[in-house]
Amino acid sequence: MAIPIVYNFRSVKSRWTSTIVAVIGIAGTVGVFVAMLSLARGFKATLVSSGSEDNAIVMRAGATSEMTSGVGLDSVKILQDAPGVARTADGPLLTPEKVLIAPIPLLSTGTDANVQVRGVSPNVLAIRRQIKMKEGRMFQPGLSELIVGKNATTTYTGLTLGNTISLGSTKWQIVGIFDAGGSAFDSEMWGDIHLISGAFKLPDTYFSSATVHLTSAGALQQFKDAVTSDPRLKVDVTREIDYYSKQSTRMTQLITVLGGFVAAIMAIGAIFGALNTMYSAVAERGREIATMRALGFGSASVVTSFLFEALLISFVGGLVGCLAVLPLNGLTTGAMNWQTFSHLAFAFKITPVLLVIGVVFALAMGVLGGMPPAIRAASRPVAHALRDL
Amino acid sequence: MIRVDGRGNSSSLIKVRGLNKTYSRGGEKIQVLQGLNLDVDKGDFVAFMGPSGSGKTTLLNLLGGLDVPSAGSITVDGDEITHMSGSKLTHWRARHVGFIFQMYNLIPVLTAYQNVELPLLLTKLSKSERRKHVETALGVVNLADRMHHYPRQLSGGQEQRVTIARAIVSDPTFLLCDEPTGDLDRKSADEIMALIEELVGKYNKTILMVTHDPVVAARAHTTLHLEKGVLVEGKASPQTVMAGGAA
Repeated sequence: MAIPIVYNFRSVKSRWTSTIVAVIGIAGTVGVFVAMLSLARGFKATLVSSGSEDNAIVMRAGATSEMTSGVGLDSVKILQDAPGVARTADGPLLTPEKVLIAPIPLLSTGTDANVQVRGVSPNVLAIRRQIKMKEGRMFQPGLSELIVGKNATTTYTGLTLGNTISLGSTKWQIVGIFDAGGSAFDSEMWGDIHLISGAFKLPDTYFSSATVHLTSAGALQQFKDAVTSDPRLKVDVTREIDYYSKQSTRMTQLITVLGGFVAAIMAIGAIFGALNTMYSAVAERGREIATMRALGFGSASVVTSFLFEALLISFVGGLVGCLAVLPLNGLTTGAMNWQTFSHLAFAFKITPVLLVIGVVFALAMGVLGGMPPAIRAASRPVAHALRDL
Repeated sequence: MIRVDGRGNSSSLIKVRGLNKTYSRGGEKIQVLQGLNLDVDKGDFVAFMGPSGSGKTTLLNLLGGLDVPSAGSITVDGDEITHMSGSKLTHWRARHVGFIFQMYNLIPVLTAYQNVELPLLLTKLSKSERRKHVETALGVVNLADRMHHYPRQLSGGQEQRVTIARAIVSDPTFLLCDEPTGDLDRKSADEIMALIEELVGKYNKTILMVTHDPVVAARAHTTLHLEKGVLVEGKASPQTVMAGGAA
């Protein structure tokens, strides 16, 4: 039978000062680790939620983002008639879009940030159905009116309902605030595509992309086959959700790698903290350990007992770290989307899986910090250790 | 009957033959025990005396399976322990040896009850059976009313009594006492020795004890002196000790 667990609980309690130091070290590391991962998750979730399963985005063949893509009006007309495109009484559900960036000062710092401006068709809300008007109304086609995402209105200067701003050569009135469910669109400004092209002196017959609403999610292949086999078109078709998911990859990798690096450096410190705590525990309790081994508890029992103690400390550290960063959940921050060179607002997303990962990370630190002292405790000659003062 | 000439009969509980123990210290070899022989029967109470560094504690550690000899053999109740692996020796200790230490060696974060229960956690006894054994052992040492006290809440004498209860709770084959009264005042020492005598007289326990104190040693059936790595007769009654050429 193993050494009773009550021994570990009471030993940890009796050495509470060194225990707290180890707990704080592990908690800090886990906190940073979970915060970084939640940042990456939040960024990815924001972009992925921008896409829809039953929408397809059409871009120039080989283009990696809307910023480097171009689709002509002639192509758009062909796309409108392609099989799989949903239709209403007003026509096919397709929005040719022009994506630009405009510098607007951040509310927080006053420095300019690149805001994504999207010229869209008036039927865009029928295509992107997850987007709802939160305040005000939809822009009127043919008028210099903008609607802005809910994050944009709270992130940038002057993007409030009723305000007028200058974009390109035109003054625009903000007539509505939309809620895109926390997706990337929440950081954008939308207006009539023809007027936006004109304001920025861009050709009105050339677009960044075209997004179509499909008759169903399963209609993608039919649409894709028809479009990509048409010799008049040189385009790529991607399910919208996949496009945004791919867009998030580089940034999430960057955050994960950087966050992982910072957490790894901190973890080394925390492991040394745990090692120090456990080595001092072994040194302080040399005679106790020897006594238990003299009584008949084997080396494995001693290793298990000390490892359990290290895991207990690291588990508490992990829990504290997770609880400490929990308030970050939902907190909105911003970063550059390197695919579009525009500023993107997104929220920390702390999921139960992330918390479990954080605790497992803490336990891993506990094993690394606890195993060498545990082995040392078990391998010391009993007869010598019994003479410890 | 205790013998130190290596001619004990086959029924001896503890049989030591040609025991050698050599330590290396700073490249120098120090021979602590040199061909030591010993036979102890069940119910014997023997005290080992000798100057510091004579090897008393080394002998006790070897007899208790806490250390391994450089040469020779130790057989306890038919089991030769000198060639046992580490883990086998650990199991053997749990079954056959009760330790009583000078500094008590109680676990400070466990109560008297939990300290005494420790050896029983290595048995297959149920919780209620363990409780019965612990209460009996604490009753023998007159500490039943202190079972939920922590060591820091007990006097030195009481701590040593808890240690004795822990040593006897699993009914081991023999008890090893390393200076059991070394940290106690005379009154407490007398009480502890009375208790140890009671274990021998009333419960027929076999006890091997190391001590510096001649008064304490005098309470054993036999006192053996360690000199130059071998045991020689000290104070002994002729009927209990037979040494080669001495008896």
